[in-house]
Amino acid sequence: MENVLTIDYQKCTGCRLCELVCSVTHDGISNPARSSIRIVKWEEEGRYVPMICQQCEDAPCKNICPVGAISRDKDYGFLAVDYNICIGCRSCVSVCPFGAMNYNKIDKKVFKCDLCGGKPQCVRFCDEKAVDFVQSDNITALKKRNAADRLYSTQKTSAYIQEHA
Amino acid sequence: MALDRKIAYIDLSTGKIETRPIPLEIRRKFLGGRGLDAYLLYNNAPEGCDPLGPDNPLIISGGILTATCASATARTHIMAKSPLTGLLGSANMGGFFAPELAWAGFHHLVIKGKAKNPVYIWIKNGEIEIRDASYLWGKSSTETQWAIREELGDDEIKSAVIGQAGENLVRYANVMTGIKNAAGRTGMGAVMGSKNLKAVAVRGTMDIKIAHPFEALEYNKRFIEQITGAKVNKTQGTLGTPFIWGATNSWGGIRNRNFQFNQMEYADDIEPERIDEICTETMGPHHMSGCFGCQVHCRAKYRIPTGLYAGKYDEGPEYTSQGAFGGEPDCKKAETVLVGNHLVNQYGVDNLEIGSIIAWAMELYELGILTSKQTDGVDLRFGNDEALIEMVHRICLRKGWLGNILADGGIPASEKIGQNSFDYLIQVKGMSNLHSDERGTPGLALNIATASRGSDHLRSRPAIDLYHLPEKVLRKIYGNPVPYDGPLSSEHTDYEGKPWQVFWQQNTYMAVDCLGICKYHTVFLGATLPNFEDWPKVIYYNTGLEFTPQELWEIAQRCNMMERMFNLREGLTRYDLKKGEMLNHRYFDEPTRRGAPDVVGRTIDREKFNKMVNEFYGYCGLDEQGVPTPETLKRLGLNQEPSHAL
Repeated sequence: MENVLTIDYQKCTGCRLCELVCSVTHDGISNPARSSIRIVKWEEEGRYVPMICQQCEDAPCKNICPVGAISRDKDYGFLAVDYNICIGCRSCVSVCPFGAMNYNKIDKKVFKCDLCGGKPQCVRFCDEKAVDFVQSDNITALKKRNAADRLYSTQKTSAYIQEHA
Repeated sequence: MALDRKIAYIDLSTGKIETRPIPLEIRRKFLGGRGLDAYLLYNNAPEGCDPLGPDNPLIISGGILTATCASATARTHIMAKSPLTGLLGSANMGGFFAPELAWAGFHHLVIKGKAKNPVYIWIKNGEIEIRDASYLWGKSSTETQWAIREELGDDEIKSAVIGQAGENLVRYANVMTGIKNAAGRTGMGAVMGSKNLKAVAVRGTMDIKIAHPFEALEYNKRFIEQITGAKVNKTQGTLGTPFIWGATNSWGGIRNRNFQFNQMEYADDIEPERIDEICTETMGPHHMSGCFGCQVHCRAKYRIPTGLYAGKYDEGPEYTSQGAFGGEPDCKKAETVLVGNHLVNQYGVDNLEIGSIIAWAMELYELGILTSKQTDGVDLRFGNDEALIEMVHRICLRKGWLGNILADGGIPASEKIGQNSFDYLIQVKGMSNLHSDERGTPGLALNIATASRGSDHLRSRPAIDLYHLPEKVLRKIYGNPVPYDGPLSSEHTDYEGKPWQVFWQQNTYMAVDCLGICKYHTVFLGATLPNFEDWPKVIYYNTGLEFTPQELWEIAQRCNMMERMFNLREGLTRYDLKKGEMLNHRYFDEPTRRGAPDVVGRTIDREKFNKMVNEFYGYCGLDEQGVPTPETLKRLGLNQEPSHAL
């Protein structure tokens, strides 16, 4: 079963450890500019949102690539760049609606999340589970459960208020 | 490589900028961060220089591990001669500034001179530029940071800035980054202000190659599990440092009404659980945030729920905010703590110092030493929330007679207030003590008396004393990396064994500050957390440099000695109440009035205290006056200082 990366931005503490481990895992280098996951922040109000590749089904990066360098991995379902074919035109960078196709100016290469070959390190290092790796047929299960819990507690509160008001 | 990060010398008077590599032999002697800063200060500050004059070098740095694949390498260290104490000025902050500085190519900045007009320093990928900051002058700490981002068009710029307090040369103004990260103590913000330097802005996208990336990553993972697994850090990650204030208040270890009581009564509204409730109500259940690469996430996010400042966003409040705006002035409202915290963050002033000083003034006012004419009509009684907040404004803006003199720090203010006001000032070396009471804990009293930057808990405090650990565990901690078989005691009221414990912690804290990591990732508060055995591995995996635990221990001793040599050169004298290693007489003469049975009714025994200091000096290799012996200097390789090797 394919797993997908999911984001729960409310849980993100903004520490950017994911950026560090992503760049170290892939390049042996600490440099957030090389990280496929980035935390976008509005510090003035304490909002932090992890941004990653969504591995789109109808992927604009794959569709626009003039040389067909982007293909879907058979085992894990992520979109991969074949650097033997890539001509470095950065069309994929301009077309990605999430800014998740990146460009590394040091190596002059585009790069994106490859799910660390099925074991995403950002997920492994994020204690808060602001980024998680879950089965694709189960993405909404936890969300549903949490929402259901909220609904249920609201009902309980209302009943309590009715009884005591 | 981490080791190819450079040092930059920036002269604001002439505009001259020079960058140099940091030689490996210097690294092997002083590592980086606070240790190397101490070397740079000793070598660059002319003896007896005016702390607010152009000759005082302002040194900003990251540690040797900053931005590498080690845990929580977020700390920025700032050093200069202190305008508050006239001795060592040293302050440390979390956030994201130092890692960005490292990605921009630098580990150390030495800023000298004084700009003619307000300026800020802009550093990007190895390039340094001095830019006009006249449009920033007068702005608060966060306004300044956002304005720089807007001017330069990059949301990821990190800045270390001063607020209005630094501009007004409040002698305990701090340097801020982000919403609340503050290099709080010893007035480093005033040094920046004296140089007309509003901010240092950095942005970096340069590679830091990790020597052994796979090992570094896996070791980091192990470290994080060890660190976040500790109960103390789990609690920190839920309640932040307020939990320490709450716990300490429960047994009587905080300061209340300046130094009259050691426990605050009816403090329910400012207890950590209440503050956590407000954070949850205003920011949701996930309201903790973290510094760079740290999984402890001890910073709470909140909005002020009610009152004049309702809706304002801020982060914190920490132990010191509860102390400064709760325990010390005996104010019992959460709103006051949250507002006070917000104001000090915006003005850029040390909440610890300002809280202590206002509480001192309150005691003087109630004793009649300060009159209502001198306070310009402010009714400076304990428990007066409005008066407290008003004084924060007055000090930061130097408004009114009292606001203006309190902005100069406790000792100069006591000279102007006169009478016996100095007797009530709870300070060492001219710096106010943390809002904690050490009369029941002699080991902690020794720590604040001998700490290099003045009365302070983050230089050598044996905080794990309070856990009453079994002796076997203590032996394991304090018997490494050099053997020790003398007495050790986990009983916090004991005098025995404490000198070694403080000496050991002094070296540990220094090593941590040289690495550039956070103290919550060390034995500071968690007995099971990493120390000398672990750090050489982290250094090796990340930088390729090899050290033994014993070598690290020696480096820490050397760096501590460098700080002491600076202090001695600038006038440190053991028994001097203003520039020495002596406690206020109240520690010895006034018994504690509240607290747990083993804390109430305690004073520090003067004779035993002096004996502890002597023993501590012995471990450090100092004579009875606290001066290093020639053998010690030779052993640590410091007999040729200043050596001007960098």
